[in-house]
Amino acid sequence: MSDVVERTLSVLPGLLGQHDPGVGPGGAGGPGRVSATSRLGSLIRSITALTSKHEEEKLIQQELTSLKATVSAPTTTLRLMKECMVRLIYCEMLGYESSFGYIHAIKLAQQGNLLEKRVGYLAVSLFLHENHELLLLLVNTVVKDLQSTNLVEVCMALTIVSQIFPREMIPAVLPLIEDKLQHSKEIIRRKAVQALYKFYLIAPNQVQHIHDKFRKALCDRDAGVMAASLHIYLQMIKENSSGYKDLTGSFVTILKQVVGGKLPIDFNYHSVPAPWLQIQLLRILGLLGKDDPRTSELMYDVLDESLRRAEINHNITYAILFECVQTIYTIYPKSELLEKAAKCIGKFVLSPKINLKYLGLKALTYVIQQDPNLALQHQMTIIECLDHPDPIIKRETLELLYRITNGQNVIVIVQKMLDYLKESKEEYAIINLVGKIAELAEKYAPDNEWFIQTMNAVFSVGGDVVHPDIPNNFLRLLAEGFDDRKEDDQLRMYAVQSYLALLEEEDALYPQKFLQVMSWVLGEYSSLVTDVDPEVILTKLHSLLKKTVITSETKMWIMAAVTKIASHTSCSKIVDRLIQEFSNSLDTCMRQYAFELKHLCEDKALMRNLLPFDGSCNDMVVDASLSFLDGFVAEGLGRGAAPYKPHHQRQEEKLSQEKALNFEPYGLSFVSSVSSSGVTGRQSPTGLSFGSDTSGNSAETGHKETNTLKLEGVRRLWGKEGYLPKKENKVGKENEPQTVSCGSLLGGQVGDPPALRSDQVASLSEEDKEKQQLASTLFIGLGSNAGVSLMGKADTATQKFKRKSKINETQSSEEASDFQNSAASDFGPLLDTVPINMEDCEGDIRTRLRKASLCSSDIVEDNLAFETPQSLKKSGLDDRLPDSRLSQSSLFADSNIEIFQPSQNAQCESASKTPLVPCLSEELEELTHSEVVELCQSDALALYLCKVWTDDSLLLVVFVSNKTTSALNAVNLVFEEAEHFQILESTAYQFPVIEAQNVECCQKRVWMDKICTQGILSGSVNYQSEMETRLEFSITLSLVDFIRPMEMTTEDFGKLWLSLSNDVKQNIRMSSSQDSLPAALSTLQQKLKLHIVDIIGNEGILACQLLPSVPCLLHCRTHSGMLALWFRSPCSALPDGLLYQCQKVMEES
Amino acid sequence: MINAILVFNNHGKPRLVRFYQHLAEEVQQQIIRETFHLVLKRDDHICNFLECGSLFGGSDYKLIYRHYATLYFVFCVDSSESELGILDLIQVFVETLDKCFENVCELDLIFHMDKVHHILQEVVIGGMVLETNMNEIVAQVEAQSKLEKAEGGLSAAPSRAVSAVKNINLPEIPRNINIGDINIKVPNLSQFM
Repeated sequence: MSDVVERTLSVLPGLLGQHDPGVGPGGAGGPGRVSATSRLGSLIRSITALTSKHEEEKLIQQELTSLKATVSAPTTTLRLMKECMVRLIYCEMLGYESSFGYIHAIKLAQQGNLLEKRVGYLAVSLFLHENHELLLLLVNTVVKDLQSTNLVEVCMALTIVSQIFPREMIPAVLPLIEDKLQHSKEIIRRKAVQALYKFYLIAPNQVQHIHDKFRKALCDRDAGVMAASLHIYLQMIKENSSGYKDLTGSFVTILKQVVGGKLPIDFNYHSVPAPWLQIQLLRILGLLGKDDPRTSELMYDVLDESLRRAEINHNITYAILFECVQTIYTIYPKSELLEKAAKCIGKFVLSPKINLKYLGLKALTYVIQQDPNLALQHQMTIIECLDHPDPIIKRETLELLYRITNGQNVIVIVQKMLDYLKESKEEYAIINLVGKIAELAEKYAPDNEWFIQTMNAVFSVGGDVVHPDIPNNFLRLLAEGFDDRKEDDQLRMYAVQSYLALLEEEDALYPQKFLQVMSWVLGEYSSLVTDVDPEVILTKLHSLLKKTVITSETKMWIMAAVTKIASHTSCSKIVDRLIQEFSNSLDTCMRQYAFELKHLCEDKALMRNLLPFDGSCNDMVVDASLSFLDGFVAEGLGRGAAPYKPHHQRQEEKLSQEKALNFEPYGLSFVSSVSSSGVTGRQSPTGLSFGSDTSGNSAETGHKETNTLKLEGVRRLWGKEGYLPKKENKVGKENEPQTVSCGSLLGGQVGDPPALRSDQVASLSEEDKEKQQLASTLFIGLGSNAGVSLMGKADTATQKFKRKSKINETQSSEEASDFQNSAASDFGPLLDTVPINMEDCEGDIRTRLRKASLCSSDIVEDNLAFETPQSLKKSGLDDRLPDSRLSQSSLFADSNIEIFQPSQNAQCESASKTPLVPCLSEELEELTHSEVVELCQSDALALYLCKVWTDDSLLLVVFVSNKTTSALNAVNLVFEEAEHFQILESTAYQFPVIEAQNVECCQKRVWMDKICTQGILSGSVNYQSEMETRLEFSITLSLVDFIRPMEMTTEDFGKLWLSLSNDVKQNIRMSSSQDSLPAALSTLQQKLKLHIVDIIGNEGILACQLLPSVPCLLHCRTHSGMLALWFRSPCSALPDGLLYQCQKVMEES
Repeated sequence: MINAILVFNNHGKPRLVRFYQHLAEEVQQQIIRETFHLVLKRDDHICNFLECGSLFGGSDYKLIYRHYATLYFVFCVDSSESELGILDLIQVFVETLDKCFENVCELDLIFHMDKVHHILQEVVIGGMVLETNMNEIVAQVEAQSKLEKAEGGLSAAPSRAVSAVKNINLPEIPRNINIGDINIKVPNLSQFM
């Protein structure tokens, strides 16, 4: 019954006026509910009736005030509260803040019954954000609900967790959510996976230990859960595809089964089996197969099948097709598939449906660099798209054309872009396109005239929204010029002439940036144009200055130009008038300029000296130490002035004084005003004053600054090298018109059979001919015989790809070296890259272990101790060592830090085995160090490494042993720059000579620069035997290598603890072997070199530092078999890294 | 990832607003306004994808929208989502609304804002697509509203009895019974099961 009323209510808005039933969903509501719902109704009604924004604001404010009163009244029932929340959500949606209600939303989620709770949770997820402090109040409720026996409550809790949850409270709910992965209901499992995905996003290292649970979710018996786990995998593979190559087979199998229709029928959407799932899987495959022939091979079949199966003519099949095509072009290519994909793209491009056309163009843009012929096939469609009524299609087409631009078609393409610009009003589109035009113009300009005209169009259409790089680059191009002096001057002259012509038009309005460019060029180069009287130019500039629309920044540019021109002319009436006019200007900057100009005009010689012609590119030597002021300073000090202290020092002193009250008013404002004036000075090149004669050419410094500003990331495109190919383009261009005029409209490059072409030509209407003409000009130089002209563009294309693949290369090489490195330390068989066979569960765990722990060799050994007898022996040795340790270094003063020190007989043993195995010098031998491991070998050389953990750094001792019977000369050892590590002193070392059968060693001190759990330091050795030989090696360094104990008292610890802000908390399970706190702590002390500061009851505090001196404090507490770790450090990444190491250590022991 | 889901009517009045990344209130309102202006300008017969420029800060965000009678449904997504996939997801969402409200119209969205949000939560959670199977979504939503009714009637009963009844009324979804039929088998990973 109530349903009927509800329908009536919602379908007939007209009834709303008289009818006030207010029966909410669910019907049988109490009296409070009725009134509340109708209040929402009346609120909405009155808002709809309003006409102005202002009235709405007033009404909502009223509403909010009454809501505020209601929610804070103690008599308000939860039911009424629920209705209030809905109204608050409505107000928030309209953009009115209702922060007073947030706490009540949390309360509702805590206390309400199911329905109220649901609204409470919803309101919380809409109102709050991840870092909101109130969110902490929700944690207990979530924990309670997760433990509830009521599935709906569990579901709600999981939903809120996967929408919004405070990062630092993850440990509180993580075990509960892990449990839910085993739940019998699939919806619960699915939401639990989703919640874990959320955790992975906000705190990846907190879910590191449950990666095997993700795998379990991936092979869940319910496809929905599996689909949810794909989100996690997509994310993880995006970050590190190499770690999941072993899953490729599984993903392929899943996709095969989905495509083959093995899923239950209710997964179908428009009779396509689970399309979204397919899309997700294709994405994952694309990421996995990228630049990897072996992995790609696994997926060719299934991709082929996907292409074949997706035949039903529905949107969603096109979605799958599009994804397929993208994947095929992303992975390692296979010609057969590429052909099919190309055909598919054709389907998209030619489709009458605009959405598909758009995607087709997008795909073309994507593949054009690999396959320019594809664009040729579809050239007529592309031409049609250029005139498409939908601006989005047009823009995508231009994007495509931008990718195929070369020296021959640049004019047409840029013209098309300018046409679009003139129609477009969207700022974003303009900025984007203007940047592209400028780039193309600089790269491919066929001649000066065209270049200047295009840039003029860019500046006048782009207006003041153009990226500041564009005018900067343009001016730099003009100023720096090329090798050919004459050419340079012609370009500059042309620019000057064109600007003079533009300024001729009296009432034309140009954007400020354009005017700035003009005035700079006129100032610098107007003297090149001999047939124009400088007086004329000055008049023009003068009239510009008087215009009101000119901003003061532009005025500065103009004044600078006037000054420069004045320096070349003897005397000028205009200049005098200008000085007169602006000497009493209200604008202080202008007044200053006028005075400067006045004084400079009085001393022409100085002026010419100060403003030399074409001096903008001369390198300026600036006396940064201000040595010419030394005398002045000495005199000042002699008179008893206080010595100068830098700003930060003053600040520190001030802080250290710690006054209760600040008695110095305006203390800081002076500082800020100084810095702000400094900033304005830098904004415009002319803003820098050249008032003080002693500082010389400071105006020129200003120019220099704009010229060099913001050049990072901008490629020099039309530089000294770029100009030569341009000339070749010209030659090419002269040839081109001939082919066109010969009647073959499509040009020789198109590659259609000639017969067909002539047929086409015959049947073409006039309009089509035009299009053909356009096509031939657009797609010129794209075919296989494009030759030189394509080089420029193709270059950038390949470079893009190169850069990408380079990253991959380094990654894979890192990986490879990783393996190599550990292979060198004797556990080869485990470390093959072949995906570990899944039937063997243990093998899988091993791989993971290996992945996680390839940091330092001794840890690896501990890991694998149970597998290789050799390392078993060693670890046994390790265990014995703490007792039988002979020497004690100052570094690890704690009595029981575990250090590998080969016992005497072990050394002898190894020494007798190979005579050339090196050992440490005596003084190093006393320090804690690792065993000597072999890094790499060749016929002549063998490299060994020993890590020595000194107090202030990690000392890498590299031994180079000469295995040959003759001496080796000039052996160079070079370390590559590594992202994470810093090698103190130099990265290279040369051994002048290594005698036969002899060992030399070199030592390098290393710090960790950027924190990572482990990283690779690679390097190479060069030596001259018969030929130049190079031997590469890499060293895996772990965070632990750089951790040193930090000794301090409990008191100091407390002080430091309070001053640190970066927190990481985590609970980890303790194994049975170390169930007491002291045992656990001594494990940490031994393995991680932490210093135990104090142990009180079930709490312990530890301290360590990352070299050189980043402290990290750790607070531990045990409760019921769990160890609660709480890290604090000034560096945010350090606690995360250490936490990871702790987890590992605790797991292992 | 889906960054935001906006529903507004032909006059730009927001009807459903859900952001999946935290943005200040003013920014959200500006996004709604600008999105509306971008979408309004477009005919019904041109493509449903739009680049939204720097609205969200980055450049690779896209608007994917559909226009139904008086309402615009706009999804703002980043480059990791498939355009056509999202386009059909909107369709799924709207069809689900239609099933839940029987002939959905703008007023349903206004007066049952909370319910619409709950339906949306079954489809998209935290910016990720959770479920695309319409029957499944409807089943979830219906199970919840069944519960609503049960609870409405029992609100006076002692709480213990309520929870007992709640447990009886647990949503039972037929899909779970057919577990044997689901043929997705991931070989090699079976030891985890």
